[in-house]
Amino acid sequence: MSRRVLGAAVVLAGLGVIAPFLPSYPLTLLIQALISAIFAMSLDVLLGYTGLPSLGHAAYFGVAAYAVAILAVERGAGFATCLVAALAAAALTAALFGVLAIRATGTYFLMITLALGMVVWGLAFRWVSMTKGDNGISGVARPALGLPWDLAMPLPFFYFTLTCAGLAWWLLGVLVRSPFGMSLKGIRESESRMQSLGYNVWLHKYLAFVLSGLFAGFAGALWAYYNGFVSPVDVQLVTSVEALLMVALGGSGTLVGPALGALLIVFLKNFVSVYTKRWLLILGAVYIGVILFAPRGIVGALRAEATPLPRGES
Amino acid sequence: MNVKRARIVAVVVLLGLAVSLGGPTAAAAQGGPIKIGLLAPLTGAFAALGKDMLNGTELYLDEVGRQVAGRKIELIVEDTEGNTATALTKARKLVDQDKIHVLTGGLLASTGYALHPFADAQKIPTTYPVMASDDLTQRKPAKWVVRTGWATSQPMHPFADWVVKNTKHRKVVTIAMDYAFGWETVGGFQRTFEEGGGQIVQKIWTPLNTNDFAPFLAQIKPDADAVLALMVGRLALQFMKQYEETGRKAKQPLLGGGTTTDESVLPQMGDEALGAITALHYSAALGTPQNQKFFKVFEAKAGKIPSYYSEACYTGARWIVEAIKAVGGKVEDREALLAALRKVEMRDAPRGPISVDRWGNPIQTIYVRKVERVGGKLQNTVIATMPAVSQFWKYNPDEYLKLPLYTREYPPCKAC
Repeated sequence: MSRRVLGAAVVLAGLGVIAPFLPSYPLTLLIQALISAIFAMSLDVLLGYTGLPSLGHAAYFGVAAYAVAILAVERGAGFATCLVAALAAAALTAALFGVLAIRATGTYFLMITLALGMVVWGLAFRWVSMTKGDNGISGVARPALGLPWDLAMPLPFFYFTLTCAGLAWWLLGVLVRSPFGMSLKGIRESESRMQSLGYNVWLHKYLAFVLSGLFAGFAGALWAYYNGFVSPVDVQLVTSVEALLMVALGGSGTLVGPALGALLIVFLKNFVSVYTKRWLLILGAVYIGVILFAPRGIVGALRAEATPLPRGES
Repeated sequence: MNVKRARIVAVVVLLGLAVSLGGPTAAAAQGGPIKIGLLAPLTGAFAALGKDMLNGTELYLDEVGRQVAGRKIELIVEDTEGNTATALTKARKLVDQDKIHVLTGGLLASTGYALHPFADAQKIPTTYPVMASDDLTQRKPAKWVVRTGWATSQPMHPFADWVVKNTKHRKVVTIAMDYAFGWETVGGFQRTFEEGGGQIVQKIWTPLNTNDFAPFLAQIKPDADAVLALMVGRLALQFMKQYEETGRKAKQPLLGGGTTTDESVLPQMGDEALGAITALHYSAALGTPQNQKFFKVFEAKAGKIPSYYSEACYTGARWIVEAIKAVGGKVEDREALLAALRKVEMRDAPRGPISVDRWGNPIQTIYVRKVERVGGKLQNTVIATMPAVSQFWKYNPDEYLKLPLYTREYPPCKAC
């Protein structure tokens, strides 16, 4: 286990070291990838560890992003206020939606979370006095943290995001390795068995839902600061689906898999579309390739070889 | 074996990443090519409009041999995929990686609002040939952005005045897409129409993904004299067909915002569009020699007639080239280039004469057009011309700006 932790820490440190030598556009893409990585990892807690596939995760991401945008642009609020409000908004939304969604499992869970995600999208679109509708809210300035480096420049903001991503990964890691996390894995494997062992399965799933929404909100808050612009696109179905794809591509149930998936998808989208109009085709081909050759995602497949299961399962 | 393949996949993808990360970084050298960055939706729901924009831009640049002031012009086109977050990412790429000297393009209103702070932060001279949201050059202008297209309510003020003076319509029902473009079109019309003695008796707002207008059309008050419709793209096609089916056109003729009968959709309409009167700063049927020449050349290049998006980007490209000429090709001096962009004046653009007001919006001729069939094809025949119309029309700019932006609720519908 500590080998994995070491591996991920090495990657983070490596990114930190090469960053000053990167041209600024790939650097901004890395920032985007790190934010997407936090988002994808939060979904992995729900999907990979608890076995609940959510198709509306962008709701918490977007609610937090809007909270930051509205407070920062309309009220001129500082970073601490915005961050706390964003996390609270995401957690409250997840708490509310969780009550509605946790009663279902499998396909029905997928549908309920999809519907709830659309509710948030509809609100973002129509509640124009709050969210400015499809014009979006622009002009979100980078946070002024009183540091000697100006966060409006890509390199300082990259280190800021790297620190946040590292923090999120570490906290999520603590969560999934804790006894609580182990119970979640048990619930993923067999709910009825956990129930019969006396665990409060509903409460476990609900808490996982809320915590997952909280971290998605963290990613959303960072996104608002990075992009400077929040619109209903950030809460739409496609954003939720992309997160799901990042988790599937990287490997669900492994915390670093979704982070890798996020990195791949962000770079594929933004680099491939520069060279060809058929970038969607290429993205689709990559997804199909991974599903055919590495159905447990890239990291999932790598780990399966490293630690072979008994009874010759592959 | 599955895992070996996974490894290969992983390695290949990571290699690809490494290659992309070390991708080409252009160095901006004095005397090197002048780089113009164009943001257009080449994929997604607005791909056809994006193509028009690209064709218009390329048409002009090819006409001048892709060079100005002794330097070559390099046009770098990026796909916004019809969404603003991508547009912002691509704009960053154009400025940071490709080191463009001028940024242009964009389609959605939200892209306009999002690029404003970006242009000001990056200090990159930017032009908007298409994006029309009023506030971009009114209450929320950006120092580094010059609009070479139009403002949404700009044609509607003089159009309402024309309707009052040339028709007997005094009670109008408006039906428009439920977003800022629709609100600003209706708001502009309503203000001047009601000042001229008319009344808006009903405002119907249709969602952007409407598939069936029948429930909305059924609500139209029977005592209205005319209907003002603002639709874009596929919705314009659908609306026209269904309006014809209601049989109301004889008693309640159709007025509209210019995009309702824009040439990007007009060829796909049939007789249902005949008689619709709209207003815009352009018509492909404009009989001036410069427009007829543009029409011929564009049709030869693109295989379709020019829409206002095509003319917008054709003239937009010419605008940028004229500004570059004015600074003698020294585009590295961004402040000078920006000042030159604000001072460009054209007397013979396909749409007519254009200059820019001090908020960065064009002052240009507005045309009232009527859809007619000429030579077997539908066209927007120009039936009235109002020269030198600014975004404030005859209103005092300072007083105009003190009032709120046109929204769903403003101006309030008192006669509804």
